[in-house]
Amino acid sequence: MPVKLQPGMTIGGFTLVEPLHEGGMSRLWSVTHPDHTMALLMKLPRIDYGEAVSQVVSFEVERMLMPMIDGEHVPRYVASGEYEDQPWLVMQRMHGETLQPLLERLPLAAERVAAIGAMTALALEDLHHQRVVHLDVKPGNVLLQADPRDGSERAVLLDFGLSHHADLPDLLAEQFHVPMGTAPYIAPEQVLGVRDEPRSDLFALGVTLYQLATGKLPFGAPAGTAGMRRRLHDEPPAPRQLNPAVPRWLQEIILRCLEVDPDRRHASAAQLAFDLQHPDQVPLTSRADRLGGRGPLARALHWLSALGTRATIERKKAVATRGAPLIMTAIDLKQTNRALDDALRDMTTRIVQTAADSRLACVTVLRVARIGIEPTLDIEGRSRHVKRLIALRDWARSLPLEEHRITFHVLEASEVADALIDYARSNRIDQLIMGARGVTGVRRMLGSVSSRVVAEANCTVTVVRAGRESAAEQAPGPEPTESKPASEQ
Amino acid sequence: MRIGLLADLHANRQATEACLAALARAGCQRWVFLGDLVGYGADPEWTVDCVRAHVERGALAVRGNHDAALGDEAANTVNADIRATARWTRERLDGPQRAFLESMPLMIEDADRLYVHASAWEPDQWAYVSNPLAAKRSLAATTRWLTLCGHVHAPALYYEQGHSVSHFEPRPGVPIPLSSQRRWLAIPGSCGQPRDGNPAAACAWFDTDARQLCFLRVPYDHARSAAAIRAAGLPAAFADRLERGT
Repeated sequence: MPVKLQPGMTIGGFTLVEPLHEGGMSRLWSVTHPDHTMALLMKLPRIDYGEAVSQVVSFEVERMLMPMIDGEHVPRYVASGEYEDQPWLVMQRMHGETLQPLLERLPLAAERVAAIGAMTALALEDLHHQRVVHLDVKPGNVLLQADPRDGSERAVLLDFGLSHHADLPDLLAEQFHVPMGTAPYIAPEQVLGVRDEPRSDLFALGVTLYQLATGKLPFGAPAGTAGMRRRLHDEPPAPRQLNPAVPRWLQEIILRCLEVDPDRRHASAAQLAFDLQHPDQVPLTSRADRLGGRGPLARALHWLSALGTRATIERKKAVATRGAPLIMTAIDLKQTNRALDDALRDMTTRIVQTAADSRLACVTVLRVARIGIEPTLDIEGRSRHVKRLIALRDWARSLPLEEHRITFHVLEASEVADALIDYARSNRIDQLIMGARGVTGVRRMLGSVSSRVVAEANCTVTVVRAGRESAAEQAPGPEPTESKPASEQ
Repeated sequence: MRIGLLADLHANRQATEACLAALARAGCQRWVFLGDLVGYGADPEWTVDCVRAHVERGALAVRGNHDAALGDEAANTVNADIRATARWTRERLDGPQRAFLESMPLMIEDADRLYVHASAWEPDQWAYVSNPLAAKRSLAATTRWLTLCGHVHAPALYYEQGHSVSHFEPRPGVPIPLSSQRRWLAIPGSCGQPRDGNPAAACAWFDTDARQLCFLRVPYDHARSAAAIRAAGLPAAFADRLERGT
């Protein structure tokens, strides 16, 4: 029998305060505990609910998985247990609102859709890094909150009842003969029972962004498995057809998320976030201009290729959760050492070629006196910016990379190291490559940019030298300030 | 309380020492030995003494087929190399050591756990729990929540999934919370003779408070164990396979 819950009651040392939600699947209560100052939430699944064995298992999954994940994009796990027959789970109660209320005011402006998409993709990247696929991304499971420190907005992912952790036994795999997911948002491979594909989350996010941008669901809200399977061959109407205000770049991104074959989607959540954060750098394909469905022949071909995809999907096992790295090369256009330039280009080539799905951002910093006065607004500033972009493209001309795998960025900042560190952090760069500057008087006084980047960036940093410097150059000089080791890697 | 679990030690002193040290570093205070202390390896006296000393201080140990084979030639395998090694082992062990091996029970029930070398349905028939069907049969033969066994040398975790049983290949070093809402069967993997292509010794710990199980792989000086096998004149194949982990 279900436990009757009342304010003041104690479960597992937690005192029930008030009910927050009485859903068909579970009850949510705010609770307190003398050892915890943060706001707490207790989740209690309904165990009296007839048919839903899967709900009970879902809650078991959540209890197993939540202690394994952390970070600012998931609620913090506190405790779980059983009270008589009633299982319970206590986690951090998150402030903020889910995307659900936004559905009353659709469509949203493209910039807002992209911002929400980028925040959610960054949250998913963080989750995928922890070897977890969410598998139930939808507006109700994405919460937006402001950071109490600086007011910056971020996405938090909720409800891990359908999630898959690569290092845990999957309690939901092969047990239920119906697809586990939410019908309008579920990825095609997930309909077929694949549960370890991180890019399934990109599909579901694509459906969410489609909905935010057009007010419509791309595949409707099918009731049964047959209806869900239709997304394996049916093509949704193009977003620009439903809302002409949707820019081509956003349509490109959304339709790429909705590709049937996961290999045709963005290679990682970080790469999707990168595109959403840099609309002007999105490589446009025929997706961007699609209006209406494809012609009957194209559609038939698409159906055939979808059939092939289905076979591939059914065979494919355990896609790696890592891979598809974002590489950033920091280029100092002012430096004149050709050998160092070549070495930097060689190292960049070597690193991007080792991962087929990698992407490269070529970044340079335009020094401005101080920030805050919109430097690109004046004509001189604008032309300097454009000149740098042209020089960057020229620098990268000989790299053996397809055009859609490389982007160019001129950052305007007063501090080079700060700009590079910030860029790497906000774009979830996996590896940063930069040249070491020679031992000059300036470096001796100011310290090198690369040593600060190595110390402070939150990614792998490779510092490239032009060949081996002579022993004389590397040896510590007479003054103590020169005794810094030459190798900065 | 954290319990260290070692199975299929196979008279491999270096592997056993390495696993005991790694488990002690992980905070283990109790020990369970899941059978096959001897066979294949060159240090049966040391291994039996080590386990016996632990048992005298409260550890639990169950009998494996190689331990049983020493006292009962008929139970022995058809493999001539293994038969020869069993004879060699018996001659190396003194009376009390042999008596200790014979005294080990086939199964031990401890709180909500069952320890057994092979299957729970006929522990003296040495069936291999090497697939979900066998795991299902073994789980059906006990009411305990968690079965821990050996005999199969590859680490594995089986769990009830509806009416069937599923298999999971654990990732070393990741503690797995075991839900109390279903039953589990875990094989730590072989300490003294790994066979999954990774020469590192296998073992595991179970934490009775956190209800977590963690599989470990412990690199050890397998060249030394192999050299001991060769020096003792035991079949060279037993030395070679330690270096390949096969």
